[in-house]
Amino acid sequence: MKLCWFHLMPYRDLPNDFREKHDSVWVTIDSRLFDAERAHQIYNDSMDELEFAAEVGFDAICVNEHHNNGYGLMPSPNLIAAALARRTRDTAICVMGNSLALYNPPVRVAEEMAMLDCISGGRLIAGFPVGTPMDTCYAYGQNPSTLRERYYEANDLIIKAWTEPDVFTWNGRYNQQRYVNIWPRPIQKPHPPVWIPGGGSIETWNFCAEHDYVYAYLSYFGSLSAEETMRGFWNEMARLGKDRNPYRAGFLQFVGVAESRKEALKLYAEAGEYFYKRCLHVAPAFSAAPGYTTEATARAKLQSQVQQAANYFPELPQTFAQMVDKGYVIIGSPDEVAEQMRDVATRLHIGHLMPNLQFGNMPTELVRHNTELFARKVLPQIKDVFDDEWEDHWWPTGMRNKPAVPAPVAQTRAEAAA
Amino acid sequence: MNAPAEAIVQINSHPCRVWQKGTGERLGYVPGYGGLPRWTPFLDELAVTRRVIAPSLPGFPGGLGHTELDSQFDWVVATRDLLEAADLLGADIIAAGFGAALVADVAALWPDSLRSLTLIAPFGVFFDDEPIADIWAPRPGPVENILVTDPTRYREFVKLADGGDPVEWPIMMNRANEAAARYLWPLGNTGLIKRLHRISVPTLLLWGAQDAVVPPSYAERFAERIQAPTSISRIADAGHLAEIDQPAQVAERILAFLRQAP
Repeated sequence: MKLCWFHLMPYRDLPNDFREKHDSVWVTIDSRLFDAERAHQIYNDSMDELEFAAEVGFDAICVNEHHNNGYGLMPSPNLIAAALARRTRDTAICVMGNSLALYNPPVRVAEEMAMLDCISGGRLIAGFPVGTPMDTCYAYGQNPSTLRERYYEANDLIIKAWTEPDVFTWNGRYNQQRYVNIWPRPIQKPHPPVWIPGGGSIETWNFCAEHDYVYAYLSYFGSLSAEETMRGFWNEMARLGKDRNPYRAGFLQFVGVAESRKEALKLYAEAGEYFYKRCLHVAPAFSAAPGYTTEATARAKLQSQVQQAANYFPELPQTFAQMVDKGYVIIGSPDEVAEQMRDVATRLHIGHLMPNLQFGNMPTELVRHNTELFARKVLPQIKDVFDDEWEDHWWPTGMRNKPAVPAPVAQTRAEAAA
Repeated sequence: MNAPAEAIVQINSHPCRVWQKGTGERLGYVPGYGGLPRWTPFLDELAVTRRVIAPSLPGFPGGLGHTELDSQFDWVVATRDLLEAADLLGADIIAAGFGAALVADVAALWPDSLRSLTLIAPFGVFFDDEPIADIWAPRPGPVENILVTDPTRYREFVKLADGGDPVEWPIMMNRANEAAARYLWPLGNTGLIKRLHRISVPTLLLWGAQDAVVPPSYAERFAERIQAPTSISRIADAGHLAEIDQPAQVAERILAFLRQAP
């Protein structure tokens, strides 16, 4: 099993009365709550945390894309990934988003990801999300009725831009370019592994199967509520004649490790409540856009009487203990966490587990504590899951030649003068 | 209410429903938000003296094929084709909200294609100093609170028909929203303002006085750009879907306008 350390990069200073006084953490969040100098610290802490995770042995470090969002400070994850590529050596760099339909022309994604693959020495995992309605339709004004068509076309264009050696012309429905010929090209051949972060849409499962991409279910609501979705995914893979290789799937899970369960409850309560009560305070109006959910998915949901696909945010529990009971957050001693993570991986059949060890306003010292405990005491207990049965075909290949070694961090001018 | 007669025409090889009722001179109606999930009292008022013809735009209830249409150009051509297929060329046309954005463009591009134009709170133009409301994500919702002055009237209008399919009905209503979003997202601005001056048939600009979606003050801003004779009418105790809120009054005003039009 692969363990992929995932950062949402939340703003960590939303006020205590955020929920009462503000309309939404997303799309219309009040910019007056944003302190840019505080953000300087948050960005640097967050990137330190990602680098620390690489150092202590996680297989990958993951960043993602959000817009107008108080819990996701990475409108451009590629910027963060570029910095991480210079400061890490052997960890996969998982960019769990460029929302393809937002980039015009989409070859911009092909170019930037090829740059990342070259800088990192073939360590890039390329995430291609459709993107949420909040990010794509409301914050970026993309048309929900054409979003998926644009996304599919962008995928085809990017893959061709990565793999076609000759200059070609793209005469698409949404993109027309006389000369597609990106420089640079990715190190990984034929191209970096593609992972698709998604919700429970049938089209996304089919798309992953058709293109042999990884499906990463990025839920904030734990493995219990994910069972139905992952069962649907694996049933669909079986129907389409795909094997049950667990590395076809990824799953995000909030985790808090401590010396004991009691201590974990104490240590992580504030960060958990901050995340679920402030960061997920999204105006319901933004969680759907007309045409964003396809008719086939809407029909399946209506027929199965489960909640609407567009309903991103179920009723949220009020206390951290309830969040833990519902499985949104896994906590405990290292042994307890290892047992639960093993259970999540085997029950949902997930080869790429993505623990989220910084959530809400968790301060950087606690993030390091959580990350280190997980790496030292949990990771060794669960790393072997699936390894004797399955091969991960969706992992970066690195370079054939010896990778470059980045120079040490630059000194300040005063240090250099001394 | 007696049921209207129903015919199906093909637009871009997709079926679109045409409802018809009454006798007399032709009078077209192209609806706005939600399309026409059912025949309405407003149309019955008109059908007393006129042959009312209500074609369904692609993607709106009764019509398919919206996903073929990628640009305003595609949509306007499809609208013109639909009017022709519904035997509405040269007729008096009423168009509301979402539908009015398209019919106004047909009037601008093919001045001979209709005899008179009634626009009920049309989309298609967006003024920064008086923005159209976010009809896709009203906060706080639900959307009927900004569509009509009495939300129960809207709920009656869109509720599941007797014998309707409880799965397909909400999908049909979502599809209407998607179809409109396809040419109006995100602001409702199609660039119509650049073409309004080409409208050369008598035009009635009718608004619910309490329209919370398209500001009633847009009426004057449309009127000053349209070269043909225009008149403005505001309906008391009516919102964006004025003909749902006040069917008799809206019908009476329109029929009065049509009696005066040359």
